[in-house]
Amino acid sequence: MAEVLVYVDHVDGAVRKPTLELLTLARRIGEPVAVALGNGAADTAAVLGEHGAVKVLTHDASEYADYLVVPKVDALQAAYEAVSPAAVLVPSSAEGKEVAARLALRIGSGIITDAVDLEAGDESPVATQSVFAASFTTKSRVIKGTPVITVKPNSAAVEAAPAAGAVEALSVSFSDKATGTKVTGRTPRESTGRPELTEAAIVVSGGRGVNGAENFSIIEALADSLGAAVGASRAAVDAGWYPHTNQVGQTGKSVSPQLYIANGISGAIQHRAGMQTSKTIVAVNKDAEAPIFDLVDYGVVGDLFDVVPQLTEEIKSRKG
Amino acid sequence: MSLRIVVTVKYVPDATGDRHFADDLTVDRDDVDGLLSELDEYAVEQALQIAEEADDAEVTVLTIGPEDAKDALRKALSMGAHKAIHVEDDDLHGTDAIGTSLVLAKAIEKAGFDLVVSGMASTDGTMGVVPALVAERLGVPQVTLLSEVSVEDGTVKGRRDGDAASEQLEAQLPALVSVTDQSGEARYPSFKGIMAAKKKPVESWDLSDLDIEAEEVGLDGAFTKVEAANERPARTAGTIVKDEGEGGKQLAEFLAGQKFI
Repeated sequence: MAEVLVYVDHVDGAVRKPTLELLTLARRIGEPVAVALGNGAADTAAVLGEHGAVKVLTHDASEYADYLVVPKVDALQAAYEAVSPAAVLVPSSAEGKEVAARLALRIGSGIITDAVDLEAGDESPVATQSVFAASFTTKSRVIKGTPVITVKPNSAAVEAAPAAGAVEALSVSFSDKATGTKVTGRTPRESTGRPELTEAAIVVSGGRGVNGAENFSIIEALADSLGAAVGASRAAVDAGWYPHTNQVGQTGKSVSPQLYIANGISGAIQHRAGMQTSKTIVAVNKDAEAPIFDLVDYGVVGDLFDVVPQLTEEIKSRKG
Repeated sequence: MSLRIVVTVKYVPDATGDRHFADDLTVDRDDVDGLLSELDEYAVEQALQIAEEADDAEVTVLTIGPEDAKDALRKALSMGAHKAIHVEDDDLHGTDAIGTSLVLAKAIEKAGFDLVVSGMASTDGTMGVVPALVAERLGVPQVTLLSEVSVEDGTVKGRRDGDAASEQLEAQLPALVSVTDQSGEARYPSFKGIMAAKKKPVESWDLSDLDIEAEEVGLDGAFTKVEAANERPARTAGTIVKDEGEGGKQLAEFLAGQKFI
């Protein structure tokens, strides 16, 4: 059976969920061979094996932390040359897409980004994408070279599938371009204890109607009652009420959770682009004419300062 | 020493228009108004600020696209860019990201550069891979997704805000940077700027000027193929209630019914 390279997104050996989703998708088109780089790479093997990786190629070097992107491209290329896979799958993070693109160019292949589904095809894997602010769904294929495809978080349910997960050291020699962009400082983001926005099953967002940074505590309380991530519209971010890393929309993150709750968000096209593929959509807004109501499964026309705290209390009491 | 800055920009269909696909499954550009991609306005802004800080700098704005794409160049020129290059060729229709990066890289090399500034992504394709591809082709450092950028003494520095960490980056020129919408509000063209833009030079190049064969680009040269494009079915109308004091409880009831609570 053909091997499929899966690029592992991990933090010091802790594998992030989108990689496990990728392993699930990879099994539809072949045998997953995972590539884990950097600090803690070998520690990823157990969980990758539990999710279907027949082999885990690992390599650690200071270059991965000290320089931007290119050392990872060099390593993925080394893995590609060692394995000759039928496809290369990479999580659709900002960095993942850059690594995948440069690899595709080097190996003479096409690239598809932000796939939301993947299936085996007669000639090559067929990727589903959601485009034009999720108003269209396309099916695409890479028609030259080995398909390089990046896949969005929440595109598949994670399925366990025990496999060998045998660790093999990858041999990597860095190109002379690897050290071109130096990382001179790194400030880790403070953890809020909430799920990562793009990976969360539930996202609770606030917009212009939240009317101030101090009022976001209402949104956070609702999120915490549901174990959800907190998102914000561009209007709320531009006003400085919430960090840009939480922005949902065309210029922020695109999310596809099981449940999306929009509070005080009108639903401009740029916001819809980032959340329209959510499975269930709920909105609370004072304005009955807000375009967000065209998308909802359930909408409440009302003041979020009344509705949201009441909802939070009701959830807490139901959960006991 | 003069600092040569090339800004790559894209003319895109207006996202608030009714965007759709043409029969050949490329983006239909005839039925929707086009404009300079909003995310590229930030690139023009940062390029102008870097140029203003430098002793002697020239900002060239570069685009690939049909005749209309000149509008995107005019906008950038009216913001303050010094000159423009328009790569236009019928054989470019349907070019994918890999092909686009080839044309941009060849045009940037022909123009001459110390620094390339790009937006983080286009607002139509939204792939966000072209800056990395162009850097790979040019063989220069990529310093991408910056929310802050500065150039001094031949070194570009910037801040990249990722999910897990905020990173400080540094590279020697020549280099390519891309900037996010957090890099700073783009200026509005002044009346004077708009009038001045009409007199600024716009060069037109075609594929032969760039030594690119027609087969390397366009739909025939594409490395990917769209096989189907279907409009997403309209959502079935949801339940909408007016809050009369119980709106939060009613919503909780709905969420419980859907097993979210």
